[in-house]
Amino acid sequence: MTIRPRSVRRGIGFTGLALAGALTLAACGSDDNSSGDDKKSSTKAASAPGAEAPKGDCGTGKLAAAGSSAQKNAMDEWIKAYQAKCSGASIDYASSGSGTGRQSFFDKQVTFAGSDSALKPEEVAKAGAACAPGQAINLPMVTGPIAIAYNVSGVKDLVLDAKTIAGIFAGKITKWDAAEIKALNPNAQLPGTAIQTVHRSEASGTTENFTKYLKAAAGADWTFDAAQDWKAPGGQGAKGSEGVASIVKSTQGGISYMEQSYAENSGLGIAQINTGAAAPVKLTPEAAGKAVEAAKIVGTGNDLKLSVDYATKAEGAYPIILVTYEIVCEKGTAADKLPLLKSFLNYTSSAEGQKVLAGIGYAPLPTTVADKVRAAVAGLS
Amino acid sequence: MSTTTPTAPADPERKAPAAKRTKVRPGDRIFSGAARGAGISLLAIMAAIAIFLVVKATDALSKNQGSFLTDQGWDPNAAKPAFGVVTLVFGTVVSATIAMLIAVPVAVGVALFITHYAPRRIAQTLGYIVDLLAAVPSVVYGLWGYIFLAPKLLGLHSWLSDYLGWIPLFDKEQAGVTARTLFTVGIVLAIMILPIIAAVTREVFLQVPRAHEEAALALGATRWEMIRMAVLPYGKPGMISASMLGLGRAVGETIAVAMVLSPSFDVSIHILDPGNNTIAANIANQFGESGEIGRGALIASGLVLFIMTLLVNGAARVVINRRKAFSGANS
Repeated sequence: MTIRPRSVRRGIGFTGLALAGALTLAACGSDDNSSGDDKKSSTKAASAPGAEAPKGDCGTGKLAAAGSSAQKNAMDEWIKAYQAKCSGASIDYASSGSGTGRQSFFDKQVTFAGSDSALKPEEVAKAGAACAPGQAINLPMVTGPIAIAYNVSGVKDLVLDAKTIAGIFAGKITKWDAAEIKALNPNAQLPGTAIQTVHRSEASGTTENFTKYLKAAAGADWTFDAAQDWKAPGGQGAKGSEGVASIVKSTQGGISYMEQSYAENSGLGIAQINTGAAAPVKLTPEAAGKAVEAAKIVGTGNDLKLSVDYATKAEGAYPIILVTYEIVCEKGTAADKLPLLKSFLNYTSSAEGQKVLAGIGYAPLPTTVADKVRAAVAGLS
Repeated sequence: MSTTTPTAPADPERKAPAAKRTKVRPGDRIFSGAARGAGISLLAIMAAIAIFLVVKATDALSKNQGSFLTDQGWDPNAAKPAFGVVTLVFGTVVSATIAMLIAVPVAVGVALFITHYAPRRIAQTLGYIVDLLAAVPSVVYGLWGYIFLAPKLLGLHSWLSDYLGWIPLFDKEQAGVTARTLFTVGIVLAIMILPIIAAVTREVFLQVPRAHEEAALALGATRWEMIRMAVLPYGKPGMISASMLGLGRAVGETIAVAMVLSPSFDVSIHILDPGNNTIAANIANQFGESGEIGRGALIASGLVLFIMTLLVNGAARVVINRRKAFSGANS
């Protein structure tokens, strides 16, 4: 009994010592860091203008952006490349989700927002307030194909059409050897396993674009709303593209929709789409680019909001695509941010910037659209 | 520098016993002031959270076209916002209940084993391991839950529905394709809250007066009888406090539930089918893509969680206060 208090006191002494040690360590660490940072940034600031001025197409300073996580990989690559080229620039893209990104833009916390959908009519006024006296515009920047990825052993080169995809995800087609799938794949060895559909459990732009496709291309078989949330009953939900991919990979007979890179990284089969064109369309950056090319610009002036024709039958066009935008102020961006914003967006929409996309699972903008985006960027003030 | 600092905080501690009889010393005053400040700041933070939630929520609630309490669905970002919390509340309550039913008995058993059965060396190691479990981040539990545990639980799901399917709770409507269900979520949550409850109850059981235990043994009680008559009654309020801590984590767990559960927006009492959702997981799933009303709606659901937690804690406090024995909460 008498031993207990002493050991307790010793314990306190020890923790006290450890705590104090940790505090002093932490203090030293943070001191070092901040002074190092200061030094670095001050030298950068001092040398940057002189070094960068001759290049002409480089902005300097800091730029904050936030939004769509579907753009994240593209933005990461672009920011890395741009900062390597322009050492005086620091760009930060937080992939917080489109809704949060747009909200941050309305609150003037970020200079541009990445978004999976163009501004809705009721949001235009809010965006206008953030850009006063100017207006906010949507610039299509990153487009990517959405892959229909499946896990059925022994089945390669699966072909599906919109009607069948709608039937599968609505729970009407339940077996892999169903007549509808057989008709599209006469030569495939289709097993009798049950189809396990997987969808995103959280609100996402990928779900919205995929359901828009189903509604547009197979309206009779897809009676649910096109929305960020999955509205159809049945199937299982998983969080994030990586979650969806891993569930499909571990589920025999699984099928889902996801960005191309996730399907490829998980080694899943990617279905070809029978759009009604002469041959089923394989998912390639070019095929997705063709669908973007077929899209119509419905925005006015420099607002380049696109309307995608999901039911396109154009030869070689892959119809299930995700178009994401950068939302910027046409007029009204803070003067100290404007040069960097223009320079960065000019790079991302350039042939050089768009070339980066094909390697990481996106599709480059068709030149006709990219030209208009660059013209709009040049007009920002 | 590091040699001088440790002595500084030790100073007031040493002086404290001397100050007992005489006047109040600065160290006392500083310490009591700091303690009072900590207590007041807790209240201030609670009030700030409540005010923030209410202000943000009322705006969204006033625009809600559906019934917030009874609607099964979550569409706050639509042109006609309609959202309700009944599914979320149901899922939260059920998953937390499953977690408590599993975790509390096991945790009490672990604590009893460590304090009264295990040899000292094993007890110490086990104690460290339990504390270590409490430090595992919830995202790790989430990953483990949906990649490893859920597929393994599929068999248990079909077994339960085969033999206990006559109870509506264990009836499966959907053919067994996935075990990412509310039941699995309950098990994952149980594992997550187990170390907290075990660690706190262990400390409580260590406080049981030696005299009580020895008296029981001297009267001829077996070890189990001694535990039943001396340890458990003494430790009961502490066990309740510990369970409340665990419940708090289970009810508020976000990312692990969001990863493990395959959610839906219909209330389903079939806990072996994928479906339902919890308040915290829904916030994690919806927040990124929410507009202004969507965000307010999520905050309103957070407010419901806040009230639920208050009610449960209040009820626990009543139980504890009825027995004015030792407890971590009212000492």
